[in-house]
Amino acid sequence: MASESSHSVYYVPEQSKFPFFASIGLFLTVFGLGNILNDIAAGSPVMGSTGIALTGFTILSVILFNWFATVIRENHAGLNNDQLKRSYVWGMGWFIFSEVMFFAAFFGALFYVRQLAVPWIGGEGAKGITGDVLWPEFQAAWPLLVNPDPTLFTNPHDGLNVKEWTPGFFAGYLPFWNTVILITSSVTLHYAHVALKAENRKRLIQWMVVTVSLGLIFLGLQALEYIEAYGHYGITLNSGIYGSTFFLLTGFHGFHVTLGTFMLIVMLLRCIKGHFKPDDHFGFEATAWYWHFVDVVWVGLFIFVYCL
Amino acid sequence: MSAHDHHHGPAKGLSRWLYTTNHKDIGSMYLWFSFAMFLLGGTFALVIRAELFQPGLQFVEPNFFNQMTTMHGLVMVFGAVMPAFVGLANWMIPLMIGAPDMALPRMNNWSFWILPFAFAMLVSTLFMEGGGPNFGWTFYAPLSTTYAPASVTFFIFAVHIMGASSIMGSINVIATILNMRAPGMTLMKMPLFVWTWLITAYLLIAVMPVLAGVVTMMLFDIHFGTSFFSAAGGGDPVLFQHLFWFFGHPEVYIMILPAFGIVSAIIPTFARKRLFGYDSMVYATASIAFLSFIVWAHHMFTVGMPLAGQLFFMYATMLIAVPTGVKVFNWVATMFRGAMTFETPMLFAIAFVVLFTLGGFTGVMLAITPADFQYHDTYFVVAHFHYVLVPGAVFSLMAAAYYWLPKWTGYMYDETLGKLHFWLSFIGVNLLFFPQHFLGLAGMPRRIPDYALQFANFNWISSVGGFLFGFSQLILLFVVIKCIKGGKKATAQVWEGAQGLEWTVPSPAPYHTFETPPDPSLIKAQ
Repeated sequence: MASESSHSVYYVPEQSKFPFFASIGLFLTVFGLGNILNDIAAGSPVMGSTGIALTGFTILSVILFNWFATVIRENHAGLNNDQLKRSYVWGMGWFIFSEVMFFAAFFGALFYVRQLAVPWIGGEGAKGITGDVLWPEFQAAWPLLVNPDPTLFTNPHDGLNVKEWTPGFFAGYLPFWNTVILITSSVTLHYAHVALKAENRKRLIQWMVVTVSLGLIFLGLQALEYIEAYGHYGITLNSGIYGSTFFLLTGFHGFHVTLGTFMLIVMLLRCIKGHFKPDDHFGFEATAWYWHFVDVVWVGLFIFVYCL
Repeated sequence: MSAHDHHHGPAKGLSRWLYTTNHKDIGSMYLWFSFAMFLLGGTFALVIRAELFQPGLQFVEPNFFNQMTTMHGLVMVFGAVMPAFVGLANWMIPLMIGAPDMALPRMNNWSFWILPFAFAMLVSTLFMEGGGPNFGWTFYAPLSTTYAPASVTFFIFAVHIMGASSIMGSINVIATILNMRAPGMTLMKMPLFVWTWLITAYLLIAVMPVLAGVVTMMLFDIHFGTSFFSAAGGGDPVLFQHLFWFFGHPEVYIMILPAFGIVSAIIPTFARKRLFGYDSMVYATASIAFLSFIVWAHHMFTVGMPLAGQLFFMYATMLIAVPTGVKVFNWVATMFRGAMTFETPMLFAIAFVVLFTLGGFTGVMLAITPADFQYHDTYFVVAHFHYVLVPGAVFSLMAAAYYWLPKWTGYMYDETLGKLHFWLSFIGVNLLFFPQHFLGLAGMPRRIPDYALQFANFNWISSVGGFLFGFSQLILLFVVIKCIKGGKKATAQVWEGAQGLEWTVPSPAPYHTFETPPDPSLIKAQ
């Protein structure tokens, strides 16, 4: 493997046990989760199902850890030529595109219910007649605080819809601070990247610690916001379409921040171990791309879920 | 684990298949898996056709009938057609572009092995309390949420992991095509099968996450009390349909674009002429892919959309006929004044062109909004999409199997049996689906186990055709097994008029091919 030119031998690994057992792990995870949900719905104990799901998740985690470790080892052994490295770059790029489309589905749902579905139920336009027949008293509004049928979907508490966009308001507005935190974390991550390329490991680690901390603070504030939403405002998964879109959009975003923070922590540990070279650190770059992507999604959330 | 022991043959025993990273092994597993699913989904279809053989309830309960229509659709779409094309992509794309393997070989095997587990979980729902999914393969809410059997939870998770498999497979295809082409293999020299798969993979990555999103919303509506698809909480069941068809319409092109690529390989070979209008084929494929994102609501004309929406989706849908027409024209022009012979792959390919076009015509009829109000949810729709999917997508898969079997196995298949398979399939499929046009126009609704007396004759004919078509597929199984066991030795070239890098390697293709890139002089313009 002396040559590093782009058409030196492309490393095709021999047999690998990872994919097959990862499939078993993935299957047990979702099969267990499905059983947990159905057990809860049927009022049965969930011990057995939880065991299946946890077993599956453990298998999956152990395999993925070893899988990534193997890839890293192969790279350090010089098996990966430039062309193979480009395959990983393409792979990560298209994976992020798939994530973009996943969020697009939820944003699409939000736009549809806000612009079309809720006004129609409220009697607006040619399709309003259905709403008029079903729930004549229903008034379209956003955020939706009074549901068409409050016996099925509990209304949130009153007092939510007071927003005056003043500097004083922003000072006490949690999502605003979360936006500041997340954007800052993208900047600090960029400085970490600059430090990596300048081979300044001390500064690299410092910036990475700052970035991870900002990610964790964001998650803490999100948790606080959820407690607030459930306890104070009565916005829940069951409180109608406002809560549904709010929790699914911010929830999946929060899940992605959690994953991104986990990835950053792994990268921090790899930085400490000295895995990266200025010209060879795609694991780091992929994580950075992912983090910037999560950041961009948040900006979309801040505009469309919180501000407008 | 270094380069010099790359020249290994395959490992022995079961571990070869469980742990393989070889694109040919993985391609073969995809193809066998899809054939098994084809027979399973076909069995479900025969339950449907047996029940509809005559009016009245004969064999199954209505609820079980609904489970059969649902599972038939799901198994055929996600288990038979899609994995078959992925199998062909695995086998042929590296051979066609001169690459040593797929770009990410281990992930490639993961994409495959998720599928057997996903389908085991999906099919096992038939044996669960309350039965399997019974809400149609389009699983419209609230049938699939409020009124669904408990097993819907497993259906949702099966869709999730199938989606993960598709996305990983597509990432692999794109990385392979964009990064692994041999020197000299420029984009506009790629065989059309590679082009169509590049665009298909892009469509898959764009829409499978949307499907994951919509089943996730279902999961939350069912188990966590959200109201995405319930108007009582401010949501809308129609939202489900918009999201589903935003996935679903590109999905039908995912099932036909690779078929276009296959036919574009086979017709020039047996017409002994270069493909007419290669460039326009590429642009037409890209145009169809683009249009597929802006036509989804033509599946929902009767749902009560605003007029502007209906007009937009009607015209956008009709526009698809233009690039599709370009393709059909090019195939016919390729055959025009060619030195044609009619081996089995060519027979399937020509039948594809004729019968797919017929399915395309009924598609234009369905695109006309006021007419669609009449056709909607009738057997006319069933006839339409089965014409594009069975003598369309499935015939292209048969054509591909016969065309490349000698390259895969090293032996020629039995031409007599191949032709028998073709003619029985051709007659069977037309008997099966052609009368369904008339049934639909006369008003027979789809997805019902019983029907009025005036529909009896056409249903009888359709069922006979169904059993003929179904059992004819066992001939294919026999031909393939026979071809693997032996026969007349295949040359590297196999077909006199065949062009492309896959015909420069011996038959059967060695376990590892193009570990060093092929001579650029072998790469010719299409």
